[in-house]
Order: sequence, then structure tokens, then C-alpha cells
Amino acid sequence: MTIDLTQVRGLFFEESFENLDIMESSLLDLEIGNFNEELINNIFRAAHSIKGGAGIFQLEDIVTFAHNAETFLDEVRDRKHSIDQTLIDLLLRTGDILRMMLLASKDNNEYDTQLVQACQNELKQALTKEIIETPEIISSEEIIVEPEVLRQWHIEFKPDLPILKTGNDPINLFRELKELGELTVIANTDAIPNFADIDPQSCYLSWELILQSKASRADIEEIFEWVIDECELNITVNNLENLESPTSENLKSIEVSEVETTEPIPEIIAPMVSQDIVVEPTVEIHKEPSDDIVNKHVNIQGNTNSIRVGIDKIDNLINIVGELVITQSMLDQIGENFDNSDIIQLRDGLSQLERNTRELQENVMRIRMLPISFSFNRFPRLVHDLSSQLGKKVELILSGESTELDKTVLEKMSDPLVHLVRNSLDHGIELPEQRKQAGKPEIGQLHLNAFHQSGNIVIQISDDGAGFDIEKIRAKAIQKGWITPEENLVNEQLYEFIFQPGFSTSEEISDVSGRGVGMDVVRRNIRDLGGSIEVKSETGKGSKFSIRLPLTLAILDGQLVRVGKEIFVLPLLSIMESLRIQTKLVNSFTGTVEIYKLRDDYIPILRLYKLFDIKNTATKLEQGLLVIAEGDGQKIGLFVDELLSQQQIVIKNLENNYKKVQGVSGATILGNGNVALILDITGLIQLFRNQTKSPSYLPLGATRYE
Amino acid sequence: MAHKILICDDSVSIRQMLALTLNDAKYNVTESKNGMQALELANQHNFDLIITDVNMPLLDGLSLVGKLRILPEYRFKPILLLTTETDPKKKKQAKAAGATGWIIKPFDPDKLLAAIRKVLR
Amino acid sequence: MNNDIIDISNKYLTFVLATEEYAIDILRVQEIKGWSKVTQIPNTPNYVCGVINLRGTIVPIVDLRLRFNLDYQEYGSMTVVVVVNVISQNGKERIMGIVVDGVSDVYDVTETEIKPPPDFGSVISTEFVKGLATVSDKMVIVLDIDKLLNSDELAIIDGLSQSEI
Repeated sequence: MTIDLTQVRGLFFEESFENLDIMESSLLDLEIGNFNEELINNIFRAAHSIKGGAGIFQLEDIVTFAHNAETFLDEVRDRKHSIDQTLIDLLLRTGDILRMMLLASKDNNEYDTQLVQACQNELKQALTKEIIETPEIISSEEIIVEPEVLRQWHIEFKPDLPILKTGNDPINLFRELKELGELTVIANTDAIPNFADIDPQSCYLSWELILQSKASRADIEEIFEWVIDECELNITVNNLENLESPTSENLKSIEVSEVETTEPIPEIIAPMVSQDIVVEPTVEIHKEPSDDIVNKHVNIQGNTNSIRVGIDKIDNLINIVGELVITQSMLDQIGENFDNSDIIQLRDGLSQLERNTRELQENVMRIRMLPISFSFNRFPRLVHDLSSQLGKKVELILSGESTELDKTVLEKMSDPLVHLVRNSLDHGIELPEQRKQAGKPEIGQLHLNAFHQSGNIVIQISDDGAGFDIEKIRAKAIQKGWITPEENLVNEQLYEFIFQPGFSTSEEISDVSGRGVGMDVVRRNIRDLGGSIEVKSETGKGSKFSIRLPLTLAILDGQLVRVGKEIFVLPLLSIMESLRIQTKLVNSFTGTVEIYKLRDDYIPILRLYKLFDIKNTATKLEQGLLVIAEGDGQKIGLFVDELLSQQQIVIKNLENNYKKVQGVSGATILGNGNVALILDITGLIQLFRNQTKSPSYLPLGATRYE
Repeated sequence: MAHKILICDDSVSIRQMLALTLNDAKYNVTESKNGMQALELANQHNFDLIITDVNMPLLDGLSLVGKLRILPEYRFKPILLLTTETDPKKKKQAKAAGATGWIIKPFDPDKLLAAIRKVLR
Repeated sequence: MNNDIIDISNKYLTFVLATEEYAIDILRVQEIKGWSKVTQIPNTPNYVCGVINLRGTIVPIVDLRLRFNLDYQEYGSMTVVVVVNVISQNGKERIMGIVVDGVSDVYDVTETEIKPPPDFGSVISTEFVKGLATVSDKMVIVLDIDKLLNSDELAIIDGLSQSEI
């Protein structure tokens, strides 16, 4: 028989990765010296399930490896090992190896067998018991070659009285035997007691079976496999030549098809059982913890193009659409015989429509929202591995895991978060001795927190470590020539330097947080998402990074500006201020660029109408407005005709039907149906730089300190 | 009428595999993912056969068999255990709990159906 | 008629541009609409008029007169935009609008009726021309819309990222 297993195969891998996630999180939750039965069972079951599934798909290497892991875990479950760091590390590694093997098998790739072997050996050595049996992968493969000849088998089968209680019915065994050849069944009724003494749930019969078949002894024994310990079974073979039917006088011979009549027991059972006292089992229904775990660990890396949406979100949408339909039919009705007295109703209807539309928009956006736990969940392992690698003791605290944010934002934030966490562990939290000397608890705290704040999501990474070394940062900035030794900067201004390319205070290059590539990239990634990052630090007490991100990439808070007849959208987040230009503060720089002096900053002026070649606009600076915006750490003054309203806009992609345009991040459709382009400040600055053909024109516009 | 079979395994892929095979062989299959759920379902429906995994959360396979055997409807019904254990000790445990027999994982569809034929006519 | 040759007949939409009549595969035509205000895109060639909102989709509009270096004609109530589906080199489907003087007719043209164009005498580069066909005693220029609307500045450049510094 063939059944298409490809679909199940995919399911198996997905499930196995979920199991590995459960295994890992359970391992990380284990406390040293504390035998937590539930967690250990979770871990065991994960390995066990993977082994079981792998067998079906003939992934024999995985079966063997998982079997070794299972054997070890079995001992752990039997409390033969103490829960210590070595054990947890070994099992974490075991999980990693399994993941590697599964990933490779999934894509039919090779994997490093040496790693597998090494880990397998470790598992074996860790066993208290000497021998480790390899699992029978396919038992049917072990064939004892017997010549296929017709033989007469003589089987004496005397089941124990309670055999029926295990659900075994001798008649089924006989039917199976009959499949093997010609069967004669002789029932022995001698043991049946007087009617009054009969226990209807017992089997008093015994049988003598004669089978003419080419089957081997193993074939026959297999049929009796499940009852072998509950019966007397005697199998002998006669040569076919001296075939003689041994019918003794006190035995009745019956064909198997009539066996039912000799075996009245099942018929008697039914009515009698129903008179039995029905024992109500006490069943307590628990909420399934395993399901919770699985839901939390939905694999997001694997399916980047699909999204799992909770039913409640869909239900909400259906409700809103329902309301929308009602509103629409109401408006229809008003429109049918409209006269001026209906104007109030019309206004009500329209405001209802507006509310429905807004709700619909909000709820559709919510579909893309995922809890940040998807990203946070990888940190327990990371922190565990890194802190033991660095010899540090760290407690990781996660909060606000259920805070939701856009799937794309979530995915793109993953790497920056990892970087920040690594940094905190590497540079922030001190070694246990140092902490002790500083009068702090040996175990450092690393806190990941997420929450919503006025339409943004804020993610904070804070530690109670040493804080930034101000003097080191200062020295580095001087060394890099960013400041002169005479310059006196406040701490906040100095912190800015850690986001500069090429900055690293770590004297030795550490393989944990790498070298100076890092914080600048982190900030760029965050800015690409329309977000910002700020840092606070206190020497000896720790530091805190706060990342502020838009909830979604599909909607943007925009400022509409007019240049001539064209309307553009500027992301509100990138705007710092808008001002009327005082011409006396405008200077020319190298004759090509106008510079505006704003307090202590010199900001280049970008005349949008010039850059975009727009006619009929304000050309005198005093006629328009200057919008100070920031992109990738650089400030620029955009000269526009006027500011219009601020509104939430839905971002549409230009690339779908056209292509990427420098300085433009997308488009949106305004209330009147017209299209407005969304400007990308960073792109504009580059465009401006290219057009003025003076790569160094912006030396003062670069924000060195904010 | 098709025989009604209840399958119970915490692994989705194993369940799917069982269901595919059994549906294909024209059995009427109900799925459950742990012993608790299986027990509840068994109370509500009268299954002709129950196939269950051993290692499961909430209620393991052996305990499930024990609880089922208390129910009058399931006193003599076949119950098969899915197990990776080839250890005779484990088999003894299974029998002691009241299981009819066992199916060793991994199994192929033919083996599975052959095992079922041993207990369902 | 020779029945031995299986000759596939396709419907073509023709439109007028200056004095010539052009044909495009009607299966590629999504709709024909009047002129509506476009939003200009900065730093694009002059034949890219800008983008419009077509029921929520941002669709670029290309002026074929300017694309073919013909005289510019003011857009007005008579201007016609043919919205077409274009398949680019990487297999991506795009919706674009082309501005033409006016839509003319729909013809059946068989593949064998389309003859290769002569290598001269046309205002447009022959690389966008599939061939010439004669229908109702008129000559029409059959355009390869995919080549036309994926050429030069309209081509999608893969992997272009401006966020890289």
C-alpha cells in the first residue's frame, strides 16, 4: 500500500522543531540541583517524539542519535543523574545536534557527522548503565531464511482465563492463522465449569489447531505475539510426507468459519456487563500546557511569507464588515428618496461609515501583528550560552512579551536585539568577583522589556552592570579625531559616539560582541524601520537602551507638505521642527550649498523644488518654510511652500508597478484620491549630495551630538 | 459499517500518518492528542479499537488503558499501544495495564493494518 | 485558405499615435480610461508622466508620444490611457498605463499575417516592434509591449539598494 507521506513529512519537521524549542526552553528553565519532573518529562517526550517520527521517514541516523539521547534522558527521568550545568549543557548540545540533523534531512543536505558522533559518545559515556542497545529500526528486515515448504503445524493453545480482559479474542487469532494456510480448529470444552460457576468474563476453552502452510515458525509466533504471556502455547511441526490428521475421540472438529457457535462467551458478556455497576472515572480536565508551549514556539523563521492569525482577530474583522454592510444599507436608504430633511441622518451615516472604516483599517493592520515573544524567546538560550562562555552569572528577565508589533518590524529587529544583548553581556555585566567587590550581587540582571507608548512600541534592554566607561569613550573619540582633548562634552553627547562607525571601547577584540562594527549598524537598522534608539547609562549601576519603533510599516504618521502644486508626505518621526526662515541666518558654504544656522547647528538647506524640478513654487526663502528633518544621523532643512495637515497614511509600494526611486520611500493615496509621494530623508540627502557633486559639503551637518 | 477507531498521540505527524493510513483503509478515524482527550472521546463514542501512544502529556498511554478498562464499554475492546520500546519489561507493563497488543514505532502502513486486522474483523 | 497550417488568430487593439496606427495584444489590455491628474515622480525621464491611483493601486503612466520622440501633445479630455499588463524580464507582472492619441479598433490578426518590419523608416526603434500587419488595407505596427515597457529607464534593476552607504 502506498500513502503519500510528503505532507506528513513536512509536518514532522515542523513538529520536531517545535519539540526542540520546547526541549530547549525546558532545559533553560531547569534549576541546578532541582529535579523538576514536568520539565524533564517535556524534554524526554521531545526526544522521544522525534525518534518516533524519524523512524517513519527512515531517518535512521536521527533515530539512532535520538535513541541515545532518549536512553540518557530515561536515566535522568529515573533520577540517576543530578541536574547540574554539565548535564544541561550536554542536553542543550544534544538538541542543537538534533536540530542540525533535522535541518539537513529536511533539505536533503549533508551534516557534520563528526559532531554527531562526538555528542553521541558523550551521551553514551554519561550513562550509568554500561550497555546501550541500538533500536530495532525495521524488525522485519531480520529474516531467518527458511525454505518455503508446505508443512503441517500443530498448535496447542490454552489461553489463561482472563485473556479476554486485554481485548484479545482467540477467534481473531484463528482468522489470522487461516490467512497463512488451511486451518483446522479443534476446541476443547473440558474446562468449562458448571453453569452456576461460570464467570462470563473468563475464557475456559482451549484449542488444538492444525495448520497446513508454508509459513515459518516466526510467522505463527508473530500472530500469538500479544498473548504469549497469557497462554500455554505449544507449536510443533510435522513433515508433510507423513501427513496424518490426528483426531482424538474426545475432540470435536470444527471448521473455522463455524467457530462462533463454539464460543458463546462474547454474546453472554454484553447483557451481563450492562448490569455491572458503572464505575465513573474521575476525569479532571486541565488546560493543555503542551499546547501553550507549542503556540508560543510557532516557528517564524521557517515561513516568512505566511502568518498565523488568531481566530479572534478574524472574528473581529467579520464583525466590523457586518457593521459596514449595515451602514452601507442605511446610507442606501437615505439616498433613495433624498430631501434636505435627511441631511442629519446622512451626516450620522457618514460618521458611522468613517468609524467603521477606521476600525476596519485598525483591525486589518492587527493581522500583521505578532507578539514580541517570537523574538524574546531566543534570548534565554543565548544568554545561557554566552554567560557561561564569559564566566558571568546572569539572570535574564523578560517582560511585556505579549506586546504586539508588525511582523516585518519584528523580523528586522531580531539582529539588532541580539547585538544589544550580546553587548550588555560582554561589556555591561561584570564578572562575579568584580560585582562582589563593587558590593553588588554576584548574579547580574539583564532585563528585556517591551511596551506600547503613544502609537509606538518601545523595547528596552537594560542591565545592572558597570555602565559605560566615559573616559574610555572620550579617549576613543579623541583618538579617532572626532573631538579635541579640549572639548568638554556632557555624558549624553559622549554616548552618541558608540553609534559611530568604527567605534569600539573593548580593548581586546572579543568574539562575543565582535569589533567596532555593530552599534552603527544597529542604529541604521532601527532607523530604516523608522525608529530611533537612545541610551542611558550610569557608571557602576548599568545602562539602558530604549528602542522606539513604529507599530507597523504599513501605516505612517505623516506630515503633508506642499511644493508648488505637488503634495509630499514626510514621516513625522524624522521631522525635528519647522520654522520660518530668518534670512540673516543663511550662509553660503563653498558657494554651492546654503547653510542655515539653527542655534549651535549648521544645517544645509535643500530646496525641494530645485531637486525635483517643480515649477511655480516659492523661490525666496522667506516665502516658504524650512522643515528640519533627520535621516541617518544627518540633519537637513527641507525648503517647502507650506505645511499642510498631519495624518496617518497607508503606505503603498512604488516598486510593485514601477521601480524604486531615490529619495522616495513609497506613495500614498490622499483623501481626494490623488497620489502623494512619501519622501525618504536619507535618500534625499544622498541625492542632494550627488547633485551638488560635493561629497564633503556636509561636514557640519553631521549630527555629532544630539 | 466502517469500524470506528480512536487514535491518540501527542505528535501531529504520527497522528496524521495514522489517520491517513486508516482513512485510506476505510476505517472511521477519530484523533486525540493526549490521554485525557482520548478518555473523554471514548466516553462519548463507542469505538471499536483504540490505538494510543505511551508517552504523552496529561495522561500517558498505560494509564489511559487502565482507565478505559474500567469502563464497561471498553472492558473487552482491543486497545493497541504505539511504542518504540522493544524491551520485554515494557511489554509486560503494557499487558499488565490491560493492553491488547502493541505496534512498534516506526511502522509502515502495511504493518499497521496487519496489526489492526489481528483485532478487528 | 490553407487548412494544413494551424494559424492562431489573436485579437489586437489598435490605437493612433501621430499619423501611425499601432496594435497591442488585447489580452494584455486591462482597461481604457480617460486622462486623470498624475503625480509626478522626480528624476525620471520625460516620457514617464507620473503615477495615478487606479482603485488603490499605484500605476505609472508612460507617454508613448514622448517615448517615441514624437511631438508633445497637451493632455486633455480627449487623451486616452490604455492600462496594460506588462511582464518584465524577471517574470514579474506590472500594471502600467500608456498615453495614446486615441483608440482605434479591434482586429483579428493571425501570426502569419505579422511580417517582420523593415529596418528603417520607422520613428521608433524596431526592437519594440513585433512586426507589421495589414488589416482593412491599412498597415498597423504590432508592438511588443513587454520589450517596450521594460526598456531603458523603465527596466527593473534588481538588487538596487540605496540604503547601503
